[in-house]
Amino acid sequence: MADLTAHSPIEDIRSNYLEMTRRKRVYSAVMLAVFVALMVAGFKTADNRNAGSFFDGLHRLFDFPAEVLGEASQKLAEMPAHFVTFLPSLIETINIAGASTLLGAMIAIVLSLLSTRGLARWPRLIPLFRRLMDISRAIPEIVVALVLIFVLGGGPVPAMIAISLHTAGALGKLFSEVNENASLKPVEGLHSVGANWTQRMVLGVMPQVTPNYLSYALLRFEINIRASAILGFVGAGGIGYDLKNAMSWGKGQYDEAAAIFLLLFGTIVLVDQLSSALRHRLTHGAQTAPKQKEAVQ
Amino acid sequence: MLTIENLTKVFGANTAVDNVSITVDKPMMIGVIGASGAGKSTMLRMLNRLEDASSGRILFDGKDITGLTGADKRSWQADCAMIFQQFNLVPRMDVVSNVLHGTLNKRSTAATLFNLYPTADIHRALDILERLGIAGHAAKRAEALSGGQQQRVAIARAVMQDPKIVLADEPIASLDPMNAQIVMDDLRRLHDEDGRLVIANLHTLDTARRYCDRVIGMRHGRVVFDGTPAQLTTGVARDIYGADASFSEAATSTSIEALNTPEAIPA
Repeated sequence: MADLTAHSPIEDIRSNYLEMTRRKRVYSAVMLAVFVALMVAGFKTADNRNAGSFFDGLHRLFDFPAEVLGEASQKLAEMPAHFVTFLPSLIETINIAGASTLLGAMIAIVLSLLSTRGLARWPRLIPLFRRLMDISRAIPEIVVALVLIFVLGGGPVPAMIAISLHTAGALGKLFSEVNENASLKPVEGLHSVGANWTQRMVLGVMPQVTPNYLSYALLRFEINIRASAILGFVGAGGIGYDLKNAMSWGKGQYDEAAAIFLLLFGTIVLVDQLSSALRHRLTHGAQTAPKQKEAVQ
Repeated sequence: MLTIENLTKVFGANTAVDNVSITVDKPMMIGVIGASGAGKSTMLRMLNRLEDASSGRILFDGKDITGLTGADKRSWQADCAMIFQQFNLVPRMDVVSNVLHGTLNKRSTAATLFNLYPTADIHRALDILERLGIAGHAAKRAEALSGGQQQRVAIARAVMQDPKIVLADEPIASLDPMNAQIVMDDLRRLHDEDGRLVIANLHTLDTARRYCDRVIGMRHGRVVFDGTPAQLTTGVARDIYGADASFSEAATSTSIEALNTPEAIPA
């Protein structure tokens, strides 16, 4: 009897499991030790190579924001005037972002449909279109913009082309993941009536994926506003150019820099709110509208 | 009018349709029965050219269908309407738009992309919906309709194509008995009133008996029975499904009448 209980299966399972737990704990401890060692060693290397020392400079981290905020609070009365001054360049920045999101999204739709298994027009060319998207999103906007500004001269057009190119690659990847989740049944239904590829895609796939496309495109629009502001630093115009001037002229102009930061911040919050409201209406609003009509009848 | 010669479809090591030959000389309603995996769907999909044949030919009015490509193939598909088990409508579009999709092949791509259909077509779509008794749902999204209503929208889309053949792949397999009867009655009307050739894959024997002029039985990709509903005895049905003596067709019947017959309750 005692023999039986000593070798009962549950005893074995218990001891095996405890053994496994101990082993896992040892592995975890070793991993943690290695991780900490790497962090410390890496940090020391980085700190040594720095021009100044990390810890010596750390207390100065907040000097610049403090200076900007201090100057801005002193000249608080001039803020509204700054807002008005910089509004045209903010609109230019938003325009660059909007145009490039639109253009990029249109290219992305075509590329994504061409590179989705089950929907592609030429299934064998899927890898080609995928690599095309990979390349266009691997190259940073600023590199393309610098090259284009060199070729075409400064202004919003090179920035727009650069951001569109990046957007086409980034959105194309996301769109093609959305496409993979689309039901093929409507597409097959349209195939059976003799619809061509374009008709199958626009009438069969688009109605299913539009809300997701739109929400990704709006997200991209936010990102592109920041991108087009940054491109202003390299001569693409817009609010980024003004920010660069305000910051590089140093003391005395920091109130302008603060105003530009506030404008950018406000714009991004606004776009975020608008886009979520729009997305909500697209996914829920259209369905509740007919219900309300029925209730009235 | 329709001749299928030695039609074969191979998927890897699997032969889905094996050397099938069928001749149809006049419009009628044909039911294709057989167990799951017998090749019924694949055969219908090859007729519509959703699937390419591995070998063999399909001739319609003397024209070889199997070799068509590009615009010719799409033009044939427009003449050969297909109705699916899961309806295959565009769920987020309204009912009339779904019916108008039946004309996609005849209209320019640019116009259809912006939903610009001729007013005459819209009137015809509404007339077809009226005939099928669902005109009241015309402006609703297809996804808001019940299964039976959606299948009637799919039939309306098929009629809109003004097809020479109507293919139906398990049209009532996902419907309740009441809606199944309505849909089968509608399919029968496509033959009786419009004189079209209708070929339907069916999963219940009594439906095939009741609605069809000719029944084709398939097993393991081959045609094992081809005759009138009267020739389809229980013995033949057992051969088609590879079943033994315990097989009773009433046990799985979806017809409401089957409930009244004494054999319906298995011993």
